[in-house]
Amino acid sequence: MEVWQLILNGLMSGTILAVPAIGLSAIFAVLRFTNFALASHMTIGAFAGFVANVWLAWPVVPSLLAAFLIAGVVGVLSDEFILKPFRAAGFITTAIGSIALTIALENAVRFVFGNELRGYDLPIRRDWVLGGLRVSPQQLENLLIALAAMGLLFAFLFFTRTGRAMRAFADNPMLASIKGINADMVARLVSFVAMGLAGLGGMLIGLDTTIDPLVGFKSILTIFAAAVVGGLGSLPGAVVGALLVGVGEELSLLILQPAYRSAIGFLAILMVLTLRPRGILGARAY
Amino acid sequence: MEHYLVAIGVTAGVYALMALGMNVIWGMAGLINLGLVGFFAVGAYVSGLLTLKLGVPIAVGVAAGMVTAALVGVLVAFITVNLRGDYLAIVTLGFAESLRIVMSNELWIANGTDGLSGIPGPYRAQLGPHLFNLFYLAIVVGAVIVLFFLVDRLVNSPFGRVLRAIRDDDVIAEVAGKHVAVFKIKAFAFGSAALGLAGALYGHFTSYIAPDLFAPLLTLYVKLSLLTGGLGNSKGAVLGAVLVVFFLESTRFLAPLIPGLSAVQAAAVRELAISVALLVILRFYARGLLPERIEPPALAAKGAAPALNRI
Repeated sequence: MEVWQLILNGLMSGTILAVPAIGLSAIFAVLRFTNFALASHMTIGAFAGFVANVWLAWPVVPSLLAAFLIAGVVGVLSDEFILKPFRAAGFITTAIGSIALTIALENAVRFVFGNELRGYDLPIRRDWVLGGLRVSPQQLENLLIALAAMGLLFAFLFFTRTGRAMRAFADNPMLASIKGINADMVARLVSFVAMGLAGLGGMLIGLDTTIDPLVGFKSILTIFAAAVVGGLGSLPGAVVGALLVGVGEELSLLILQPAYRSAIGFLAILMVLTLRPRGILGARAY
Repeated sequence: MEHYLVAIGVTAGVYALMALGMNVIWGMAGLINLGLVGFFAVGAYVSGLLTLKLGVPIAVGVAAGMVTAALVGVLVAFITVNLRGDYLAIVTLGFAESLRIVMSNELWIANGTDGLSGIPGPYRAQLGPHLFNLFYLAIVVGAVIVLFFLVDRLVNSPFGRVLRAIRDDDVIAEVAGKHVAVFKIKAFAFGSAALGLAGALYGHFTSYIAPDLFAPLLTLYVKLSLLTGGLGNSKGAVLGAVLVVFFLESTRFLAPLIPGLSAVQAAAVRELAISVALLVILRFYARGLLPERIEPPALAAKGAAPALNRI
């Protein structure tokens, strides 16, 4: 029974991890770089949600929306003014720039909120027990929110003109430009959506535990693992990867201490890069 | 005060060793290492554990630290050598973080987060604290000089030429019949050994190492050193390390002077200043104070456009 409980926990945490992992993969697909600044945008989202939920006493769902919007806006601004000029200078410059950016933003949050652990204002509810499996109502709610966000994203990408333009641009930037798709607009849009998802994911993770300025950086390894396992640049891949890594992390509890959970992500990265570098659903090996 | 200045000097030397190592990996071969702090930690832990627990001579411990760091470098580079550079970035970062997690949690290796204390220093007891610090400064400066000349030789050797060719265009290097993968792995291993050496020397100086010393911020400090001095230039790497340590130490004094800041806020301002400095230099002064200078080949026309966007 314990195994099933762990698998259930893993599927639930994996669904939440999928939200920022999709953001990471989307940026990689469209802007063609790994954005380590995802970590600080998760932190920014988590704290934007905290301000809305605890200081302004908003309910959880509007607070999550605030987390998405604030992180998305910061994402557009930081990409436009800081990361975009780096992209022209090559991937090492961009990667280092995005690490420096993430530490800068994280410390901006630390300056305002300090280092202490903070929790959201949540009603205390009893866990539900269904057929021997234990689930907290909050976890279930987070799961539904994460699924709804992903559903909206995929609907946007497949059924709207703008979404299709973004996919076209990811597929072939040159051809997309010839057809009149504005590259700058697509870059801004993908930064907004991806970093918004990062912020949303940061708050969802925080709803389950607590938040501090390192909330993003602590889960970044797991998120990279999800994106790499699924295939960098593939959005459905990010979801599959996140579920696998989530379940793997939980199952590792059978043999390892809880502290090793994020090291499982690293093992998964090494395994995938050795056996199948393009990941499970990745279209090409880069 | 003198004690403090000597300690800063040793720190600057350790940073210079790391900057020289990164100069080979990043400046010459064009490879990324976002987890250099992990290789630094490998050197520090291997040497510290061997000398402390097995009583191995310090020189042997330091050598073992270097070799282990180099082997880890080979492994990390080998896994990602044929993939886009982003994967090496992810794997190096992941390696450093995973190592920190393991060292924080496994008490039996090196006391977990409590860290390893009482690491022996060469002739520490005989010399007394004052002379020991000066003696150690001399050792570190000697190590920097030796590594400086090694890297300098490497830059002008055929090996260094191939590395730069790979950095500027690895397809052309491959077409010219060079085993690009082997060169990349060798460069990464050489640089990792230098990082391991820096870590081992650091541990024997402070006599104490703990996982939280190996935070990702150190990686930024070394990148900042290299960029300030001039990527690809060994003199620049050493100069940059000295300047960055000076800058870091002065922010330590300046941040508390801003009135009305708590200790956490002062630390946050300091880290913010450092990361913003890195962003600004990366953006506007990426060639550094002493830009890379390579003797042009005899046949090249004078005034040929230098490759600018090679970082």
